[in-house]
Amino acid sequence: MSGFPVLTTTLLVPLLGAIIIMCLPADKHKSIKYTAAVTTFISMVLSLAVFIGYDKALGGMQFIETIPWIKDLGVNYALGVDGISIPMLLLTNLIGFSSIYASWKIEERAKEFFTLLLILISGVMGTFITTDLFIFFLFYEVVVIPIYLLVIMFGSTKRVSKEYAGMKLTIYLLIGSAFLLAGLIALFIKAKAISGVPSMDMAFLGTLDYSSGFQILVFAFMAFGFGTLLSMFPFHAWSPDGYAGAPTAVSMIHAGVLKKIGGYGLIRIALTILPIGAKFVAPVIAVLAIGNVVYAAYICLSQKDLKYIVGYSSVSHMGYVLIGIAALNIISINGAVIMMFAHGVMAALFFAMIGNLYEKSHTRNIEDFGGLAHQMPKLATGFMIAGLASLGLPGTVNFIGEFTIFVGAFSSFKVIAIIAITGIIFTALYILRTLGTMLFGPRKEEWDHLQDLKGPELVPLVVLGLAIILGGCLPFTLMDLITNGVEPLVAQMALIQIGGLF
Amino acid sequence: MYEFILPNAWLIPALPFLAFALIGLFLHRWPKVSAGLSIFAIAAAFILSLPIAAAVFAEEGGAVFEFSTRWLSMPGLNIDMGLLLDPLTAVMLIVVTSIASLVQIYSLGYMKGDPGIASYYSYQSLFAASMLGLVVANNFGQMFVFWELVGICSYFLIGFWFGKESAKNAAIKAFVTNRVGDFGFLLGILFLQIIFGTLNFAGLSQEMAGYTNMAVLIPVAVLLFFGPMGKSAQFPLHVWLPDAMEGPTPVSALIHAATMVAAGVYLVARAFFIFSSVPQAMTFIAVIGGITAIFAATIAITQNDIKRILAYSTLSQLGYMMMAMGVGAMTAGMFHLMTHAFFKSLLFLGAGSVIVAMHEEQDIWKMGNLYKKMPITTWTFVIGALSLCGIPPLAGFWSKDEILLAAYASGNTGLYVLGALVAFLTAFYMFRLIFVAFFGSNTYGQEKAHENSGVMTIPLIILAIAAVFAGFVNSPLMHHAFGHFVNNPAGIQPEPSTAIMISSTLIALAGIILAWVIYQKKLISHEALRDKYSVIYNLLKNKYYVDELYARLGDIFVFGAARAMFWFDIHVVNGLVNGIAFLTGKSGDVLRYTEDGQVQSYALYMVAGIMILVVVATIAAVSVIV
Repeated sequence: MSGFPVLTTTLLVPLLGAIIIMCLPADKHKSIKYTAAVTTFISMVLSLAVFIGYDKALGGMQFIETIPWIKDLGVNYALGVDGISIPMLLLTNLIGFSSIYASWKIEERAKEFFTLLLILISGVMGTFITTDLFIFFLFYEVVVIPIYLLVIMFGSTKRVSKEYAGMKLTIYLLIGSAFLLAGLIALFIKAKAISGVPSMDMAFLGTLDYSSGFQILVFAFMAFGFGTLLSMFPFHAWSPDGYAGAPTAVSMIHAGVLKKIGGYGLIRIALTILPIGAKFVAPVIAVLAIGNVVYAAYICLSQKDLKYIVGYSSVSHMGYVLIGIAALNIISINGAVIMMFAHGVMAALFFAMIGNLYEKSHTRNIEDFGGLAHQMPKLATGFMIAGLASLGLPGTVNFIGEFTIFVGAFSSFKVIAIIAITGIIFTALYILRTLGTMLFGPRKEEWDHLQDLKGPELVPLVVLGLAIILGGCLPFTLMDLITNGVEPLVAQMALIQIGGLF
Repeated sequence: MYEFILPNAWLIPALPFLAFALIGLFLHRWPKVSAGLSIFAIAAAFILSLPIAAAVFAEEGGAVFEFSTRWLSMPGLNIDMGLLLDPLTAVMLIVVTSIASLVQIYSLGYMKGDPGIASYYSYQSLFAASMLGLVVANNFGQMFVFWELVGICSYFLIGFWFGKESAKNAAIKAFVTNRVGDFGFLLGILFLQIIFGTLNFAGLSQEMAGYTNMAVLIPVAVLLFFGPMGKSAQFPLHVWLPDAMEGPTPVSALIHAATMVAAGVYLVARAFFIFSSVPQAMTFIAVIGGITAIFAATIAITQNDIKRILAYSTLSQLGYMMMAMGVGAMTAGMFHLMTHAFFKSLLFLGAGSVIVAMHEEQDIWKMGNLYKKMPITTWTFVIGALSLCGIPPLAGFWSKDEILLAAYASGNTGLYVLGALVAFLTAFYMFRLIFVAFFGSNTYGQEKAHENSGVMTIPLIILAIAAVFAGFVNSPLMHHAFGHFVNNPAGIQPEPSTAIMISSTLIALAGIILAWVIYQKKLISHEALRDKYSVIYNLLKNKYYVDELYARLGDIFVFGAARAMFWFDIHVVNGLVNGIAFLTGKSGDVLRYTEDGQVQSYALYMVAGIMILVVVATIAAVSVIV
């Protein structure tokens, strides 16, 4: 398989699908959906092949492809994956494939919808598999356009209008990216001044010695940019409103993977290139992360709209990821990476179930429901799997993430970790209350006409549910890979500190 | 033969798990097949446990075997899935698999006609797998994993009749209350991991041998004990267990009386090497256990629901076991865990038999004279109750006696008196139940009462035999064989005392006689007593108002705070963003007047803009590079 550009293929197949769909007549719904399903399926299988085919004994970046692009800026079309990016690549494609099936009922303007969705999937994937800073940024910006269009065209209006939601999502993404861009440019100029070579290669940029002041400043910029994307407190306000307004597939992809670009970027770019800055800024991130974990979990207790509950809950869970990153040790960063994967599959499954229910009942208020497990046992199973994963039950991959982060964070900062761990109580409370109100209790006859999941609707439940449970029962499959990616990063950080820059 | 069976002991939890997976994925449409598979799996686990116990007990003082496989590992953190087979594990394996098998067989009768039989058996299998995984755990990480899993099975089974509002709420209450305990437990585990770098029991025991920093060990031990406080429903985290009676009665017998709730006691025994090295933690455990024992026993006197009386009795007995652990009598605590598992599951199954016969009636005052219609249920129930009260030579006598002895011998006279008082109350409330429900003059609903089929009565008979004879394993008759195997060098095993044996028997008899006087002979009117001491009666009847207190605190500090924070988020955090957007919009309005449609002015703006950009970029570049 050495000559076959597997990453490029994985990346471009959904784009190819988008192009095919553009050429299809608008009323051929079946063909449009099958095209989308087949192309995302190919990508999913390829990313599984990458996951299995990655040689852990060898380590480092593998499946490398490099094509020079802009010589003067040192930009290359460079792809490659390691232990940190493979889980993200896999996550993107698991959710991408599921999101097509979660949108199976879309009839109106299906052509536009699936075209934009496929572009979105491709764009997100690109950020995870490139090793070039410029390409990373390019893909990040590519993602913004389909998100905005999908929300304002296909979204729903509840507490806030879909236009407001779309605008809010987009503006926050752009503010984040503006700071990021400033950081990137400063980094590029500085690196060129130090080494004399223009380069956007992440690995190369990570080998240079920047002064402490520069590192702290640029890291702070990046932390703000990536942090906003990761809904870091107090820059989280876009997340609940945005998910509430967005159509199901967008909520799945946004909460599931797009958000994770923030965490991934913090680890892959900010930590790797600016370790001293990280050491300085990390405590601030950790303190803000408490705001995420506890404050957002509390707010979930007062919510009635399912999408707001999951929206705030995802803000809360991102707090764990931020604490994991901020604790700056191998255990905590491992935990942060697997938590991003875990939260991704869980949130996507949650949104898929919510979307399905909303499509049939036209309400998302939990108090309108009750005893739904009577009428829709399979949907209830989906909600239960997502819910139990969300409260970090052992046997789901989310437990692995939380536990690992707790161990890692506890060795770096005790008090912050203890406050964050109280989150497990509140999460259990709001998740079980929400699910209890909706699914259990006396049967409500007004919902007797609702049909349980069947056919294509089952795909998200099977794919994502399987990922949650397999990851939870056999954590070493993912964790060994992640350790493989994080270990050199942490070793390099330790080296630079010994190097006496402080 | 042992060489083969020991490394394959993982089959014991794996078989029920396989049954769970098969039922959940494929067989749930065939309730009878599901039930059969589930029973087959647990029975096979029981049969496998026997040679393992034999192998462990074959060696003088008990053999120890350990196997493990890598599960979650990275530099600095290592959690295995392991098998630790020692006398403690062997006892638990036998207790759990035997009672689970009997309960699952009994459920065939109890759950007959229920539409959810397949899912009932899938949860039962998952529970058995998780409980057995917990029992064989060789490290705290694995223990925590299965600890939470038994918790979720308990959640599913309490809420099994999910159409009932009360069942739903009880299930949530159980899980969340346990989570509060697990929060502390998890912190304790994290401390152990950070300080000692391992979670393996044997490894920790070695590492801790030379560790004497009490300032750290005291909080660690107390935090670890939070887990058992939740799982074994110790005061003040006891509130979930009485409500858990919303689940089907066989579930109450297996999970909320015999096995899962005893997991907390088992954990203390398993980690006895930690607790026993911290005297302050031991005192804490003993006091919490003592409070729970007396607190629950007093409440049990005033309850009218047959299952709730048994539930408070379970709380009280769990407190007893904890008290034993706390005074250092690990052997006595585990011994009582074992005998209690047999007689309490017998009592619950007996109660279930009554409930089926009375068509879901649970109020003891609406029963009476059942002994005529239901002889097997009645007499097995009486045997269970006598065993619980500690009447010689039944099983409960030997184990309860050892706890009282240990409390006395360890110098905790206060706890001994408290234990004796609880023994008296226990005898009283149990025979209040028996005289009213089984021998009372009330004939309301009698015509429909009937004895149940063999599938329900045979497990009762088997458990009754165990409730009679299980105590002999640690009696002088068998030279205290149990204590010979299940012990800890740091624990105490005091010499038997005839005085304590006789006094505890007399105390129990006094309780029975008082119940007989009031409820059978009616020499004293219980209504008059109730009216005379109405303040105390109401306090006990309302469970000391603890639930109300928690509900009030929760309303203020959890849900009230939640609403306040949401208001803050919408108006302050969001308001800030909207405010910035508003300012941007307004400034746009002002700047709009510059858009006059004149191409020349646009060109002018453009040139000006470029000039500003160039200047700014130059300054920025220079400052960054320099």
